[in-house]
Amino acid sequence: MKLTLRIWRQAGPAEPGRMVAYEVPDANPDMSFLELLDVLNERLTLEGEDPVTFDHDCREGICGSCGVVINGQAHGPRALTTTCQLHVRSFSDGDVIDIEPWRSVAFGVLKDLMVDRSGLDRIIQAGGYISAPTGSAPEAHSTPVPKPIADTAFDNATCIGCGACVAACPNGSAMLFTSAKVAHLNSLPQGAPERASRVLNLVEAMDAEGFGGCTNTGECTNACPKGIPMDSIATLNREYLRASLGRK
Amino acid sequence: MSFYKLGDDIADTTAPDVPIEQRWDKRRFDAKLVNPANRRRHSVIVVGTGLAGGAAGATLAEQGYHVIQFCYQDSPRRAHSIAAQGGINAAKNYRNDGDSVYRLFYDTVKGGDFRSRESNVYRLAQTSTQIIDQCVAQGVPFAREYGGLLDTRSFGGVQVARTFYARGQTGQQLLIGAYQALSRQIDAGGVEMHARTEMLDLIVIDGRARGIVARDLITGEISTYLADAVVLATGGYGNVFYLSTNAKNSNASAIWRAHRRGAYFANPCYTQIHPTCIPRSGDHQSKLTLMSESLRNDGRIWVPKNPGDTRSPDQIPEADRDYYLERIYPGFGNLVPRDIASRAAKNQCDLGRGVGPGGLGVYLDFADAIKRMGEPAVREKYGNLFEMYDRITGEDPYKVPMRIYPAIHYTMGGLWVDYDLQSTIPGCFVVGEANFSDHGANRLGASALMQGLADGYFVLPPMLGNYIASTKLDKVDASHPEVTATVAEATGRLDRLLSINGERTVDSFHRELGEILWNECGMARTEDGLRKALGRLPELREEFWRSVKVPGSGANINQSLERANRVSDFLELGELLCVDALHREESCGGHFRVESQTPDGEARRDDDRFAYAAAWEFGGTGGAPILHREPLEFDYVHLAQRNYA
Repeated sequence: MKLTLRIWRQAGPAEPGRMVAYEVPDANPDMSFLELLDVLNERLTLEGEDPVTFDHDCREGICGSCGVVINGQAHGPRALTTTCQLHVRSFSDGDVIDIEPWRSVAFGVLKDLMVDRSGLDRIIQAGGYISAPTGSAPEAHSTPVPKPIADTAFDNATCIGCGACVAACPNGSAMLFTSAKVAHLNSLPQGAPERASRVLNLVEAMDAEGFGGCTNTGECTNACPKGIPMDSIATLNREYLRASLGRK
Repeated sequence: MSFYKLGDDIADTTAPDVPIEQRWDKRRFDAKLVNPANRRRHSVIVVGTGLAGGAAGATLAEQGYHVIQFCYQDSPRRAHSIAAQGGINAAKNYRNDGDSVYRLFYDTVKGGDFRSRESNVYRLAQTSTQIIDQCVAQGVPFAREYGGLLDTRSFGGVQVARTFYARGQTGQQLLIGAYQALSRQIDAGGVEMHARTEMLDLIVIDGRARGIVARDLITGEISTYLADAVVLATGGYGNVFYLSTNAKNSNASAIWRAHRRGAYFANPCYTQIHPTCIPRSGDHQSKLTLMSESLRNDGRIWVPKNPGDTRSPDQIPEADRDYYLERIYPGFGNLVPRDIASRAAKNQCDLGRGVGPGGLGVYLDFADAIKRMGEPAVREKYGNLFEMYDRITGEDPYKVPMRIYPAIHYTMGGLWVDYDLQSTIPGCFVVGEANFSDHGANRLGASALMQGLADGYFVLPPMLGNYIASTKLDKVDASHPEVTATVAEATGRLDRLLSINGERTVDSFHRELGEILWNECGMARTEDGLRKALGRLPELREEFWRSVKVPGSGANINQSLERANRVSDFLELGELLCVDALHREESCGGHFRVESQTPDGEARRDDDRFAYAAAWEFGGTGGAPILHREPLEFDYVHLAQRNYA
């Protein structure tokens, strides 16, 4: 397959960026999207050009490192699929593919397709945990958790922190990310003691990081490779209201 | 033997000489304590934020130490522990199926083919139950039964259901638990977290580990960090094979740099090949993806009986299929340990019965499971794995059997540590996959997560406290000659990589290295092949330093430079891997020497000559490494040939 990749090149955070077109004449449908970039980078290296910088690590859709906007869609055209799990067979011979970094006020571009997502870590640091110092845990079976609640917690805990929800949101909001953590921990009996402070602190941190507000457009859940549902945002709002009103 | 030198034997002197059940209690009781009020005056460097490192950093900070922690990824949440799928073992015996601490200990020693240290393994089994409690308290959403209690399943190599899991994402859930505990400590100021910062070298002063040299991967700045002790939690070295199930950036540089500074490297040839990975699709392949071996609980592995049978799987009748694991190992069937399952797959493909591109694959078929349990139950249990397979191959495993093939997955070898998890460099502790401690020559499924968390949450913290309490350390600063010399060496090395400007890319060297190792030091190893590899590897290393092309500069983000530095270490490690494999003229666990097999083609150990851990001392680049043997004694689990038939 022959593909044309138009890639955002930007030398550093303060440098101007631009789209640059590259031909890849020897793309193979069984390649992953990142392998397509590898092939391009091997060529650029040998030609003495600067290879394209992008974040990636596990390449199996779970670490959350990778993520680019492909033809205007965060992680590209395939639902429930991270960039590393997208394969060239999703495209056709002769396609021109636009590849850009996550775009958001809160995610500065570091170089080319690599952005700074440390704001998401700071949201978790503000309270996205259960305080259970090592050694203090009771016997695991002392608190049964009904399966539907455990399942809800799990579904939200599958968030990989890639930031696609932020990139897809017209407001650059991190509501889906934040709500997934609130829904994960606040639904569990173990998370109950910090239920109110957790949601208040997470929302405060989210705002402080410069993420936008949520207007329920739902682009986040469409882009989410793990299928975190919009319901989680409703959960966050309910938890927030409850905590704000000071109910226990 | 010219390819290595024999040094003195080495022994663990820290495990107390009391009955095995009492050793860990006795060791903790004998350990010196640091007064809680004094702990904040002591700093500890932790490199890596996976299960072992994340758990260690959080726990040490909770105890009051000042932790300086590093990861090369943009966030501590991305460490490769996150990709572990299947589960975590613990001797809870919730099933009342005869499990116990002793049975988990026994299974692990036996599964490791009698090449691990009994004291360490027993402690691991003892600690396992606490891990589950800890993780549940953190909010890790393990799978539960409708009654609200935790569900468990069985895993390769054992006959009890002791594996706790969170769908097919157990590693992710456990890592997020550790990451959240770590995040809490970052917020509280107990952990100074340096993400996107990679360790370049270990600083050793007066024979003790006192710090690291690290590079900020964004600015390129090289800095020194000094502390009272250094903990390496940097994972395994599977990427020495280029194609493995490890994350692309997983590397051995931290442990290799420590090895060059005096830490012995134990059993490098014990590498685990995972039987259930997705076969490669072409030359562009950049990594391999594992399908959890929990799939072997319900999937049946088969190949066509007739070599070269090109019919599609649904056209091959039962009579023409060979469910070879069920045939050869009726007792364990599809659940035999990983090394046996992997080698059996290779044997079938060598007989020409392999399926898929190049005949390098076998079927893993869920048709019977779907018939028995119904598709919804299969989806509930394995849904995300099936989706992943579909995304990668474009085939739907609910309709077409999966194709699988073995791939390098885990490395049992690693830096040698004593019972305290301390390497041969005092003050340098090694936890998780980076050490060699618990799995012997083969790791059982769902035991990596157990070991990482046991080391990080429960074993390292009291032993590190003991080291700090019992060691008088002089104050050092960045002007110390050892510090400036180490910085100069690390900087010089990067400058040299950048200045070569040759004609081959880093990846092309890495691929060639991987191919040599996979062919000569992979699933089956021979003396001839290993000698051939040891002839070629030094040439490849020299060629690398002569003709690698690393574009750009060191003064900003340069992923080629990062890779070049890692590959330069892999090239040296690859040689040691082959030396170790060549010297060990027996088969055991993941190390299969073709010369040492039973008439049925099973691994044959040679306990008279090789019942020891091989701890290698660095012998200089290209020089002969020095072997120090740690004799292994089996007072509890009696040496026996493994038999899974």
